[in-house]
Amino acid sequence: MTTAVVVFPGTNCEHDVVYALDSLGGDAQLVWHRDTDLSDFDSVVLPGGFAHGDYLRTGAIARFSPIMAEVRLFAEAGKPVLGICNGFQILCEAGLLPGVLLQNRDLAFICRPVSVRIESTDSVLTRAANVGDVLTIPLNSYEGNYTLDDSTYARLESDHHILMRYADSDGEVTPESNPNGSVTNIAAVANDLGNVAGIMPHPERATEELLGSSDGRVLLESFLLSAAGMANV
Amino acid sequence: MSEIAPLHRTLGMTDREFETVCEILDRPPSNAELAMYSVMWSEHCSYKSSRAHLGRFPSDAPWVVVGPGENAGVVDLGDGWLAALRIESHNHPSFVEPYQGAATGVGGILRDVFTMGARPIALWDQIRFGPLDDPRNRYLFAGVVAGIAGYGNAVGVPTVGGEVAFDECYAGNPLVNVMCLGILRKEQLVLGTAGQPGTISILLGSATGRDGIGGASVLASASFEEDSGAKRPSVQVGDPFEEKKLIEACLELYERGLAVGVQDLGAAGLSCATSEPAARASVGMDVDLDRVHVREDGMTPAELLMSESQERMMAFVLPANVDEVLAIAAKWEVDASIVGEVKQGGTLTVRHNGAVIAEIPAASLTEDAPLYHRPSGEPFWLEDLWTNTLEYLQPPDIGASLLQMLDAPSLGDPSWIYEQYDHMLFLNTVVGPGNDGSLLRIKGTSKGLAVSTDGNGRHCHLDPRRGGARLVYESALNVALTGARPLAVVDNLNFGNPEKSEVMWQLIETIEGISEACEALEVPVIGGNVSLYNETDGNDIYPTPVVGLLGLADPIPERPARLDQATAGMRVLMFGPKHSRNLAGSAFEKVVKGHVGGRPNAADSTMARAVIDLAIDLASEGLAPAMHDVSDGGFALTLAEMCIASGVGATVGFTSWIGLFAEDPHRFIGAIPEESLARVIELADHHGVPVSEAGSFGGSALVFDNGGPEATSISLVDATAAWRDAIPGRMA
Repeated sequence: MTTAVVVFPGTNCEHDVVYALDSLGGDAQLVWHRDTDLSDFDSVVLPGGFAHGDYLRTGAIARFSPIMAEVRLFAEAGKPVLGICNGFQILCEAGLLPGVLLQNRDLAFICRPVSVRIESTDSVLTRAANVGDVLTIPLNSYEGNYTLDDSTYARLESDHHILMRYADSDGEVTPESNPNGSVTNIAAVANDLGNVAGIMPHPERATEELLGSSDGRVLLESFLLSAAGMANV
Repeated sequence: MSEIAPLHRTLGMTDREFETVCEILDRPPSNAELAMYSVMWSEHCSYKSSRAHLGRFPSDAPWVVVGPGENAGVVDLGDGWLAALRIESHNHPSFVEPYQGAATGVGGILRDVFTMGARPIALWDQIRFGPLDDPRNRYLFAGVVAGIAGYGNAVGVPTVGGEVAFDECYAGNPLVNVMCLGILRKEQLVLGTAGQPGTISILLGSATGRDGIGGASVLASASFEEDSGAKRPSVQVGDPFEEKKLIEACLELYERGLAVGVQDLGAAGLSCATSEPAARASVGMDVDLDRVHVREDGMTPAELLMSESQERMMAFVLPANVDEVLAIAAKWEVDASIVGEVKQGGTLTVRHNGAVIAEIPAASLTEDAPLYHRPSGEPFWLEDLWTNTLEYLQPPDIGASLLQMLDAPSLGDPSWIYEQYDHMLFLNTVVGPGNDGSLLRIKGTSKGLAVSTDGNGRHCHLDPRRGGARLVYESALNVALTGARPLAVVDNLNFGNPEKSEVMWQLIETIEGISEACEALEVPVIGGNVSLYNETDGNDIYPTPVVGLLGLADPIPERPARLDQATAGMRVLMFGPKHSRNLAGSAFEKVVKGHVGGRPNAADSTMARAVIDLAIDLASEGLAPAMHDVSDGGFALTLAEMCIASGVGATVGFTSWIGLFAEDPHRFIGAIPEESLARVIELADHHGVPVSEAGSFGGSALVFDNGGPEATSISLVDATAAWRDAIPGRMA
């Protein structure tokens, strides 16, 4: 099983994602944004960074990169697709995930570990976790303020496709624990099928205690399990 | 300006320097030639005022692969790994335009490092401003931090540490220094050489435009007066996206062994990127300006040669490899043009519109640059400053003083700054910002690289030699507290106007102090930068050298010490010599008393080595979960920072209140678990380092108790609130 980690010009978390997936038993390979073939892969990650410099608007140019037509077909076929940070922004711009990511409420870049509460396990990213689990995962973004319209929100909520919310260390979802102004503290969502997921914090930065947290492992392991086509765990 | 000055003066050259150019060429220079000399002979590029003294630095050691004079210093880490380190300043551009000034400083230092064949893995920023109660200083501070974040985050290199200070002396002249560390495999090392005749010069990266014309000469090498805003066109504009692509393209060239040499285009632009590599290889070069890819039509040859447009590199490539290099550039969407060819002899020939517009000895731009032995002399006010000490008839309110210091922006929580920087990318940051030194792992090896950067303008103002030496010892101790052994030093010498004898004296004394300490620790200086003319309206900044020290931990400690790992029950142990009664230059006197005077104590090289060796042993054996070097603010502030970070109080005794605030060198606090006490004391005895048990961690207050009326207690909640709010409370 091989994961494609897509590299746009300006992407910068690609090596970290490969390192983390490989350390968890995966087999990840870099795929250039001009490539147009994903047939050798069983899962796709759009990693963090500043694709095409984030010029115009985050993800606005990346959605037109040649690889994205393939990513769309891949997603429509029900295969696992994960967008982390900038990758989440690109999936929203491409219409593969609902909502948009605006500039942070305080108009400043935020790089620090945050607590997130698992809200749903109905996705390729959270299937191995438990609802109510509180994870510590680094956030690293300027445009992390997740916003969507009321009807889409209601649908996501009822379909259990809000995957994580920013919370305090006890798992309470409070205004004070919302770092960036996201609607109802949303940190991660999935599409209707649950096979496409976007997450704003970086699980690949939380796979080793030496670096401060290993709470991201359960998320990446969920993704690898999904890629392996295993049933619910 | 009402009169029209001669061109060379407008370009920042003296009449005498102009005459020298005429003598070298045996004729008056063309405008293009004059432009090249003016930027290459600027203070910023030629170090003409400081070069005579920089040779004092010890720069040899068996592990030095590349010493001073190249784009970055390089040391051997063993097992085929090398590290490249470089520090630079972007002081003047950041004052004129803080966001772009700071951003392009980051871009420039990155190029210095990846020019050597290294992948840049981390950045550190050392920034200094006037007090935050002035809105202009808040604007500069916020702009600089945003610029560092905007460029560093987007280019994809983590900023893992640094330092910040606020003082009136920087109000008219902020300091923005930046340091970059890269790693590479030995076989990928590339130097800034043009290679043999026949080698092709390929210009990679952004198109050349009219931005940053004369940045090195007109802006970086002159003092500020009231009309500094008029210099804004001399500031460059950065594009981190172009730089990111350029990094990846260049690293691919190195991996495939396609570059004979590489030189970045920073200060002095094309003039530098052609003449320096040619001079290093004792060759000449033909350059055709018509082939340079440009941003706008109608640029004059002088503008093309002086432009400091960012994100450009010059690669020197064998003819057989040119197509492959162009293909790599195309893949990464990096523009490339073949602009020249290396020639025998030493002549740099530049053509424009088919005509030769410059024909000069390449080496004359570098090797014939002016060298000034400017007069130096001890400042007339120094003796008065040394005797200007405060008399303390009764002790201060210790708790109130400590709270006041915690609330000082220079001493308070810096997370407002570093949380705007990506400090985690690449998954190497084992000990990150907010600690004494940074510790980065090299994945796939047992090695860790530790880095500390330190500056202290007040100490250096009071005694530049002692102050300079103490910076080296402090950095070395910080690195040792992560378990690493000091390997190499880079320095950034930020000083005032060198045409004043006291400023030259400060510079020479500082160089002497840094050199003495480096010799005592057997740590070479592998590179540095000098920033002069840091004055506005005649007021010089404090002499502010910044030292960056790289250490190697092999193996990297399994559980490195951090500030935030003290827990209730651990003992508070104080390592190092007993404090003196000297508060000269201390944060206590500055913040609480508003006083800067007296003479700081000198370092003790024997004690320095012993304390460093002890710290390495404690860190390597994992005996102290939390350790913190005692520097700004003395014992009391150091302990308070550990308590705040760890969320636990402490109770300690003391004999003299001065000992709580004195800033004597070679001291650190350890949080030591009961079961490690015996081994820790044994090690301290072994190294000959005095150790005393000051008290223990626990409770929810900081208690300083000498059994007398000075005893005090402040709640951890109050201390934390004051410390956390020190910067954001003033920026809201």
